[in-house]
Amino acid sequence: MSVIEKAPAARPAPAKRPETPRRPRIADEHGRRIRVWELALRYVLLLAVLALTIGPFLWQLSTSLKGPTEDIYSSPPRFLPGDPTLHNYERVADTIPVWDYALNSLKVAAANVVTNCVGAALAGYALARLRYRGRRVATLAFILAMLVPVEGIVIAQFTTMRELGLNNTLIGVVLPGCVSALNVLLMRNAFLGLPYEIEEAAFVDGANVWQRFLRIALPSVKGTLAVVAIFAFMGAWDDFLWPLIVLSDPSKFTLTIGLNYLHGTFANDERLVAAGTIIAVAPLILLFACLQRYFFRGVGEGAVKG
Amino acid sequence: MATTAVPRVRRQLPSSPWLFAAPGLLITGAFVLYPFVSTLVNAFTDRRTLVPGEFVGLANFRELLHDEMFWTGLRNSTLYVLGVVPALIVLPLLLALLVQKNIPGITFFRSAFYTPVVASIVVVGLIWVWLLDERGLVNAVLETVGAGRIGFLSDQWLLLLSAMAVTVWKGLGYYMIIYLAALGNVPRELHEAAAVDGAGPVRRFLSVTVPAVRSTMVLVGALSSVAAFKVFSEVYLLAGPSGGPAGEDTTLVMLVQRTGTGLTGRVGYASAISVVVFVVTVALMLLVLRADRREES
Repeated sequence: MSVIEKAPAARPAPAKRPETPRRPRIADEHGRRIRVWELALRYVLLLAVLALTIGPFLWQLSTSLKGPTEDIYSSPPRFLPGDPTLHNYERVADTIPVWDYALNSLKVAAANVVTNCVGAALAGYALARLRYRGRRVATLAFILAMLVPVEGIVIAQFTTMRELGLNNTLIGVVLPGCVSALNVLLMRNAFLGLPYEIEEAAFVDGANVWQRFLRIALPSVKGTLAVVAIFAFMGAWDDFLWPLIVLSDPSKFTLTIGLNYLHGTFANDERLVAAGTIIAVAPLILLFACLQRYFFRGVGEGAVKG
Repeated sequence: MATTAVPRVRRQLPSSPWLFAAPGLLITGAFVLYPFVSTLVNAFTDRRTLVPGEFVGLANFRELLHDEMFWTGLRNSTLYVLGVVPALIVLPLLLALLVQKNIPGITFFRSAFYTPVVASIVVVGLIWVWLLDERGLVNAVLETVGAGRIGFLSDQWLLLLSAMAVTVWKGLGYYMIIYLAALGNVPRELHEAAAVDGAGPVRRFLSVTVPAVRSTMVLVGALSSVAAFKVFSEVYLLAGPSGGPAGEDTTLVMLVQRTGTGLTGRVGYASAISVVVFVVTVALMLLVLRADRREES
C-alpha cells in the first residue's frame, strides 16, 4: 500500500522543468486524485449548503437595503433590492439609539477581553507553575465552576448583583463572566505544555515570579491567549440571557437587548429590524474573516462553549 | 521534559501565588459558585426579589408537581433534546466529510459554514423570524411553487420545530469543526482495506468512519443535549417572551427567567425549577456516557 502512496512523489520530475510542482491537479489530503464526477457532486453539495448557511444573512442584508416603496413581501420573492438605499440604517438610529447600544456592547466586550486575558493568564499560571498549599483545591474550584450551567444560576446572580447595587449597570453585565473558569483552565493547560527547564534557568539566574511570568511564560502562550481574547469578545458581544435579566433601563441596553426591544416594539417594520441585525452581526463577521484560525482553534481547545 | 526530575522552585514570596489566583478565584467564587450554592438553598425558601423569605421545606417542589406550566416547560425542553440532538450528532458529521478533502476553495466553504456560529443568537433568531414570517421568504417560495403558506410562527408545534431547526442551523458549523479534527485521526489504511474488500461509500461510512469517530459522537451528544435542555433564546425570540400561543412553547429556562425576575419575582420558586434543570442536565450527561459504555462492551 505504501508503495502506491508514494508513487506520485517518487516519479522522477522531467529534467527540463525541475521547478514544476509535483502535486497532481486536484487531489485529496493524501495526494490521491479525485474523480471528476465526484468532484462535481461535492461542489454541488457544497454550494447547496452554502446557500443554506449564508443565504439567510444575505436575505437580511437585501431586506435592509430595500427602500420604503419597494415591496418586501412579493411572491415570488425579489432577492436583490431594486433601488438599494441606506435609508433604513438612518431610520433605525432614529428609532432606537442603536449607536449607543453598539458602544455599550463594545465597552462590555472590550472589558470582557481585558479581564479574561489578565485574570485567566494569572490564575492559569498560578495553577500550572506555582507551588503552594491549596493549589489542588483552587483547581477543583475552577473545574466545578466550569460545570455549573449558567442558565440555572442567573436568578441567584441577579440577586447578588442587586445586593451589590450593580444591577442595571454595564459593570453588572461584565462581572459574572469577567474571568471565566473555562479560560483559566485553558491557560493552565497552555502553561503546563511549556517546557519547565527555561523557567528554571531563569529562576537560577535570579528572575522573580513576575519576571518569569511576563518575560518567559506569557510570550509562549500567545496563541491560547488570542483564543481566549476572541471567545471573550464573541461571548460578550453575542450574549443575550444575562444582559436581558440584569439590564432594565433602555438607555443602558447592549445591542442584542436593543435588537430584541426593537423587534418587540416595531415588529411590523422588517426593514428596520433587518438593518439593526446587520449592524450587530457585521463586526463579528469581519473579526471572524480576519482571525479565522483562532476561532477554529478555540473550538478544538474549548469544546465546551455550545 | 521530565518535569518530575526537576527540583522544585521554592523560594518565592509566600503571598504571590494567591495574588496570581486571587482575581479568578474571587470572581468565580462570588459570581458562579456562590450563586450556585444560593440557588440550591433558595429552592427551599419562599424568597422573593424584595422579600428575604423563609425556609419552607419541600413546598416549592410540591407546588411544581401541580404546576401545569412547569410540566409544559419540562415537556418542551425534553422534546427539544430529542429533536435537536440526533440532528446535531449526524448532520455535522456528514458536513465534516463533505469539507474534509482539500479541494480548491474548501477553506472558504469551511469558514462560510461556520458563520452562523459567530453570529449572536439574537441576530440569528430575528433573521429566522423574518424568514419564517407569514409573509416572509420561506412562505413566498412555498407559495410560488404552489405549496401554500404555512404558519410556522403561529402554531404551537410548528413553532417548537422551527426553533429546533434554528438551533441545528446555528450549531452545524461548530460541531463540524469538532468532527473535522476527529476525522483527521482516522487511519487511512482502514478505508483502503475496506475499499479493497469491496465496501461502497455508505458501507465504509458505517463500518469505518462511524466507529472511528464514535467517542467524538458521544462528546457531541453530551454537549448538544445539555445545551438543548437549557434552550432559552431560540424559543424566546421565535415564540415571544410569553412562549407562543397560551405559553404552550415555554421551556424550563424561560420559566426560570419569567418566574424569578422583576420586582415580584419568586426567587425561591424559580430556584426550585433551576434545581430541576441541574438534575436533568447531570442525568443527561450520565445517560450519554452510560450509553457510550454499553455500546463499547
